[in-house]
Amino acid sequence: MFRNNYDNDSGRIFQVEYAQEAVKQGSVVVGVVSKTHAVLAAIKRNAEELSSYQKKIIPIDSHYGIALAGLASDARVLSNFMKQQSLASRLTYDRAIPLSEITLRIADRAQTNTQQYGKRPYGVGLLIAGVDAKGPHLFEFQPSGVTQEMIACGIGARSQMARTYLERHLDEFANSGREELIKHALRALKESLSQDKELTVDNTSVGIGGISENFTLFEGQDLAEWLDATFENREAQDEGGEAMETDS
Amino acid sequence: MASVFTGAPPQGGPGYSFKQTPTVALSGERQHSFYPYTDNGGSTLGISGADFTILAGDTRSTHGYNINTRYAPKLFKIGGEGPENKGSRIVLSVVGFAADGDALKERLDTIVKMYKYQHGKSITVAACAQRLSHILYNKRFFPYYVHAILGGIDEDGKGALYSYDPVGSYEREQCRAAGAAASLIMPFLDNQVNLKNQYEPGSGTGHDLQAKLAQPLPRKDVEDLVRDAFTSAVERHIEVGDGLQMMIITKDGIEETFTPLKKD
Amino acid sequence: MNHFPQAWGRPRDDVYGSYDHSHFQTNGPNQHTQSPIVTGTSVVAAKFKDGVVIAADNLASYGSLARFTDVKRLRKFNDQVVVGFGGDVSDMQYLDRLLLSLDIRENYSSTENPLNAKNLHTYLAKVMYKRRSDFNPLWNHLLIAGLDGEDKPFLASADLLGTTFSSPTLATGFGGHLAQPILRKLLPDEASVERVSEEQAVEVVKECMKVLFYRDARSMDKYSIAVIKKDGVELKEDEKLENQSWAFAERIRGYGTQTA
Repeated sequence: MFRNNYDNDSGRIFQVEYAQEAVKQGSVVVGVVSKTHAVLAAIKRNAEELSSYQKKIIPIDSHYGIALAGLASDARVLSNFMKQQSLASRLTYDRAIPLSEITLRIADRAQTNTQQYGKRPYGVGLLIAGVDAKGPHLFEFQPSGVTQEMIACGIGARSQMARTYLERHLDEFANSGREELIKHALRALKESLSQDKELTVDNTSVGIGGISENFTLFEGQDLAEWLDATFENREAQDEGGEAMETDS
Repeated sequence: MASVFTGAPPQGGPGYSFKQTPTVALSGERQHSFYPYTDNGGSTLGISGADFTILAGDTRSTHGYNINTRYAPKLFKIGGEGPENKGSRIVLSVVGFAADGDALKERLDTIVKMYKYQHGKSITVAACAQRLSHILYNKRFFPYYVHAILGGIDEDGKGALYSYDPVGSYEREQCRAAGAAASLIMPFLDNQVNLKNQYEPGSGTGHDLQAKLAQPLPRKDVEDLVRDAFTSAVERHIEVGDGLQMMIITKDGIEETFTPLKKD
Repeated sequence: MNHFPQAWGRPRDDVYGSYDHSHFQTNGPNQHTQSPIVTGTSVVAAKFKDGVVIAADNLASYGSLARFTDVKRLRKFNDQVVVGFGGDVSDMQYLDRLLLSLDIRENYSSTENPLNAKNLHTYLAKVMYKRRSDFNPLWNHLLIAGLDGEDKPFLASADLLGTTFSSPTLATGFGGHLAQPILRKLLPDEASVERVSEEQAVEVVKECMKVLFYRDARSMDKYSIAVIKKDGVELKEDEKLENQSWAFAERIRGYGTQTA
């Protein structure tokens, strides 16, 4: 960090705010928890028709995973760190690392980056979801090092629309079953798409963790049934090819 | 006056107490009375077939003439999902110094899990086998005091079995016994698996003798062979007994069985 | 006071000679424990259907000298774990401080998810193995008793070499010879744990403490005993051996002043 990254009058730290802008540029991800499950859902973008889709949800340990919005490379560095910490916890204590603990550890790392000379904040926001000894959890992580435990959350481009949906259905989540929760996540995701876009098996990712269910990533045809069940009244897709483009 | 207080302790008199602790390393070799190894006894055994590999080990853990416990597994699933290693296709067996064995198992398991995380696919047995060799070799000046056997299914779907010495020399084999009763079991395996010293009946005498050719054995025969090998070893070796743990690796996964052995 | 801060608080050179730095031991060899000095003897423990019972006497010996007679060798870690220490007492006290700092760290971290016996055993085994690998062993044999993640009875051991194992009954040191056979008669295998009550387990462990007192010259008749169950730890540190019978001594011939 350099002097010109501060505003002397307002006390704002510009670099952190720029980093938070990077999160807003990333495609949207949402997360929801019930009493039994934690679900992550994400829109994948592909840079061009010929390229593959980006990774949006990364399973870290068997009990949890993360969804990212922002710089994928920064997320990779963070997820590698989280993977190492998770394995270390299992090795030294034979214990699945508590989600609050791992969230705190990356938060401390991110905060250091906002304060130290020559460093820059991570340009990525994360949703950390899964189950530990205290049940299902969802945590939100911001480049500033701010973390919060959430019931439901959305970050990334146009995520306000998703959050509005989540706020409207807030009371329903706690007692939702597994399938119900996935539907909520997918509907929230759909809200943040522009009118002419659809969720397809190609551009959607879903990660599910639950009590007595390891955190698993679902992509491609595994999603077809959920998408059909969630958006019954939409017109039959033509091979899913056309609707692949997402917001840009 | 100052010349009276030279600061030097009186010659020949009692010195400062801290002067008596050595301030430089003693020359010559220093004897350590702490020996960092022990032998926890027991035996392991692995046999590979056409499309399966079987690893087995007794579950007794000993310290001298004492039995630590009657159930301490020597077989470990490597890689796979979560702490139970679900979906794993590789098994490591270790016999010798149990603490080193556990440490080695955890090292290899972590590496294989990181491999899957980083490459998005499971490691092959051949790659895992080479990596295990490197782990052992890297610690050759303070070795993991274990005899390791690694089993799995290779890329052609055939049973694969690798055996190691404590400093990382390894080779792929059809069968191998290790540990306390290795010298009892191995000759039995040579004879029954590789058909050593067995000849075609009526093929003649001397140079005319036709050696019987070894072929991969069916799974049922191998399981019986393993059980026989261990029940016999229990009779003749005091460090072997209590229980027999077997892991059978096929393309569909790992089957685990437990058979009681004599506890005397 | 002069203007040389480096001299403040030091013996005056002109009076005592130049300061001897050697007692800081900056270049001397590091001494590692090569053998235990003050030691505790056996620890015995047994599982029963809803928990674990563990016991150790209150003696710390200096060689053959019964040096300290009120040393507590069972340490309660939290409401589900007790650690029993055999071997060097100063290393036990080091581990005690280590466990204290671990407990404080755990209590400060926001999760209300205490380390259970299994977690603690894994941790202590790693500490012991690390120290043996550094050729600087903690000269102890530990028994970790309590409940695991599923609230089932847990009992395991870790020694100075980092060796670990678990069993329905465990005993360190002399107990391995004298107590284990008695304990195994009641608890031959894991399945038998379900059939043993708390009273039976406590009784057999007390019986073992008595046998050990009869035959282990480094033991005493004052001991600590702990019972760990779901509803917490019951630790008694000032127990006395009861119903001792020295009748067998009369039948021993060939020693002392006996002539016939």
